[in-house]
Amino acid sequence: MDTFLQQIINGLTLGSLYAIVALGYTMVYGIIQLINFAHGEVVMFGAMITLSVISAAAGSGLPPAAMILMGVAVAIPACMALGYLLERAAYRPLRKAPRLAPLITAIGMSIVLQQIALMIWSRNILSFPQILPVTLYEVAGASVSSLQIIIIGLCLVMMTGLAWIVYGSRLGTAMRATAENPEIARLMGVDVDRVIAMTFIIGAGLAAVAGLMVGIYYGLAHYTMGATLGLKAFSAAVLGGIGNIPGAMVGGILLGLVEALGAGYIGELTDLCGYSTLNFLFQSRCADGGNLVLFGSNYQDVFAFVVLILVLVFRPSGLLGERVADRA
Amino acid sequence: MNPSCLLEAQAISKRFGGVRALHEVSLTIRQCEIYGLIGPNGAGKTTFFNVLTGLCTASSGNFNFAGAPLDISAPHLVAQAGIARTFQNIRLFANMTALENVMVGRHLRTHAGVIGAVLGCAATRAEENAIQQRAVELLHYVGIADRANHLARNLPYGDQRRLEIARALATDPKLLALDEPAAGMNATETAALRVLIEGLRNDGLTVMLIEHDVKLVMGLCDRVAVLDYGEKIAEDVPENVQRNSKVIEAYLGA
Amino acid sequence: MSQANKYYSGLAVLILSLLVLPFALSAAGTAWVRITNLAILFVFLSLGLNIVVGFAGLLDLGYVAFYAVGAYVYALLASPHFGLHLPFWMILPIGAGLAALFGVLLGTPTLKLRGDYLAIVTLGFGEIVRIFLNNLSQPINITNGPRGITLIDPVRLGSISFGRSDQFFGLVLSGPMKYYYLLLLLLSLVIVVNLRLQNSRIGRAWEAIREDEMAARAIGINTTRIKLLAFAMGASFGGVAGGMFSAIQGFISPESFVLTESVMILSMVVLGGMGNIWGVVAGAVLLSFVPEMLRYTVVPLQMTLFSRIVIEPEVIRLLLFGLALVLMMRFRPAGLWPLRARQREFHKQAAIK
Repeated sequence: MDTFLQQIINGLTLGSLYAIVALGYTMVYGIIQLINFAHGEVVMFGAMITLSVISAAAGSGLPPAAMILMGVAVAIPACMALGYLLERAAYRPLRKAPRLAPLITAIGMSIVLQQIALMIWSRNILSFPQILPVTLYEVAGASVSSLQIIIIGLCLVMMTGLAWIVYGSRLGTAMRATAENPEIARLMGVDVDRVIAMTFIIGAGLAAVAGLMVGIYYGLAHYTMGATLGLKAFSAAVLGGIGNIPGAMVGGILLGLVEALGAGYIGELTDLCGYSTLNFLFQSRCADGGNLVLFGSNYQDVFAFVVLILVLVFRPSGLLGERVADRA
Repeated sequence: MNPSCLLEAQAISKRFGGVRALHEVSLTIRQCEIYGLIGPNGAGKTTFFNVLTGLCTASSGNFNFAGAPLDISAPHLVAQAGIARTFQNIRLFANMTALENVMVGRHLRTHAGVIGAVLGCAATRAEENAIQQRAVELLHYVGIADRANHLARNLPYGDQRRLEIARALATDPKLLALDEPAAGMNATETAALRVLIEGLRNDGLTVMLIEHDVKLVMGLCDRVAVLDYGEKIAEDVPENVQRNSKVIEAYLGA
Repeated sequence: MSQANKYYSGLAVLILSLLVLPFALSAAGTAWVRITNLAILFVFLSLGLNIVVGFAGLLDLGYVAFYAVGAYVYALLASPHFGLHLPFWMILPIGAGLAALFGVLLGTPTLKLRGDYLAIVTLGFGEIVRIFLNNLSQPINITNGPRGITLIDPVRLGSISFGRSDQFFGLVLSGPMKYYYLLLLLLSLVIVVNLRLQNSRIGRAWEAIREDEMAARAIGINTTRIKLLAFAMGASFGGVAGGMFSAIQGFISPESFVLTESVMILSMVVLGGMGNIWGVVAGAVLLSFVPEMLRYTVVPLQMTLFSRIVIEPEVIRLLLFGLALVLMMRFRPAGLWPLRARQREFHKQAAIK
């Protein structure tokens, strides 16, 4: 089996999921310079709601695709409503407040949403019903599942759709104008409040689908799943350049690849027995094909944060450059 | 370098992307003079201040100050060398009192650290008293001692300008750089400001100021430099600058 | 003069009641002494975080990482895990120092960042520390992974162990009661440090940076260094608190150092008013005790009403923290007791004239 190709495939899958979630962060940050910390929780609600719908429909004998569509049909509007509510009730009143105030609110909302989810769906790890038959295909020594193909394909479709909205529609023009300068946009007749609300709603819609895909891909859902996922997606957005929509896509996919390749190779790279120059130090441990691995793949979650810190320190504007309105 | 020269700018250039904000601006400021920097909007005056005080980096060029090269890589180094500034849109510590604003200004010239403060050492307490005393003196000097305990944000506009000057003076500068000190002031306040600035010079300070109020500049400054589109087009005593055809052209817009 | 007299007599009453408090509490059950001890620990942590968030205005969401460093330093140096049993007065400074070192390591590259980026980076740092604690059992077992470290030594002073009851002059002091007095001592220390720093050259520089960083730089404050100082100081207090936590609990695992702990401490600071020392103390006390009281009232209440537990007390606790953050930012961003600015305006009036 070819580890490299395999990890590239896994990384692309993971990366396209990150990209979809990262878009939600980057759109909001681009417009109001807020790290919508609760966005990860919206993803979690998306996963939980589809899980509930699919579980409820599981015995009905409907075809799997119909069940998933039903789940999505409930989750998307629900998450959009949640996104709108967050903006309207929590962030909008703070738009003129010092910069850290909405961020602190966002952290508070994230905790509140987690606890609400805990009350609804319990603190157990829930398993996603395996309703989609998974087929494995062999490609040049690596295996690709039908699920991975669907996820990557669907993410591409959503990114294209979003690109059309942002660069091809009236709403998109208004969004970009608001991101550039909200005051001027308002003078030009843009309903800034509505545009900001729509940004949250679109991001939340993407998050709902992302939640479903994460749930199906890992076969699990948990009330805390949004926190780490959200933080990683935010790292992806920063990596690509915050506020920059193509940046979020590129950043997401890159981060997915970094994580997958990192997890795939870190064990090998930090196996001290693999370095013949060091062999004399650890002869007893390394004898008979033994190993002395410093960091194993259980450090996978560290990569995203390390990438985040490195990017912020060495290239804070990200790979493709940030696009953020300069608010004094 | 002329011994009476305090600040010498050598071919300072600053580009923002494709925009040439400053182009090879050279000028010299002598000890104890009031030096005006004027020019139409967008001529690069504030950019020059920002470069000089280390708030943005120059694309090229360098400064000599008080007989030594000036390190402009960080604002606190510039302040350390003895250049203090005020801002066009007043930047006070809004939720600190007037007195505290000036006391912060003493930071640079005092030394108490965490340990001294926590243990309440005699030396620290003595320094703290000295800081407070000096701050009160400076508030008296600029004429707002009666407002010492008001929060900076509650002060009237003219007093805020004065407080900002007092805070700058607290750093014991050799050169005081004022960015449009009279902006938004009425005639009475401007006249009082003029008295204050002249007093500073008489007390041995060198003052550099950016100003829009041409009357104030011409009446107050010993010498004036004119910037236009990032280039220095004149530097002379006010009478000559006023007659300079390039300057007239720049202001009337040819 | 009578003003000062009133102040000192008030202080005396406060100290006296704090001294007899554990006896009153132990009448209600030793559990309440333990709860109080944890509350003091949280007040301590909040005041440490207050230096970073309140004084210097740096939103640190990974504060729990420094707490963890202190806790693990204590656990590793005073438990059978490595067979080391150093005395606590030696370990606490080591823990504080190491936590401060971590603070400097994290702060040096990141303190130039915008405030919101700094918040996320510190949060990421907190997660990194937790992941390492969870995994550093391989290839050399340092942290014992998710199982944590057990049998941590209690604090010992000479022959007196804080792990068991002793009799002094006819008074029986239980272990938790002894910890109570030790914690109270440490707490007074951190309060004095906070108070002294607030009105010092360094404290003013922090406040200036918080108010307007550019202006602070222009008057010659080396903002990177001063911020780093706040960061390191906050971290070292976190380290001391962590050490005490290890000693009191006798057992620690990475579970105790999750993001929600950082958020909890932040809520305490926010509730009391960032930068307002007595407000922070009150906020931390409130948010430590209210959930405990709820635990003792909400559970029986739910049992009688629904004959089952609908909302677990732990959920209520976290909801409370989350809502505290949201509602405070919305309605009282200066904290529940925002007396600072105004008080200051009137307070020093006499001193100058």
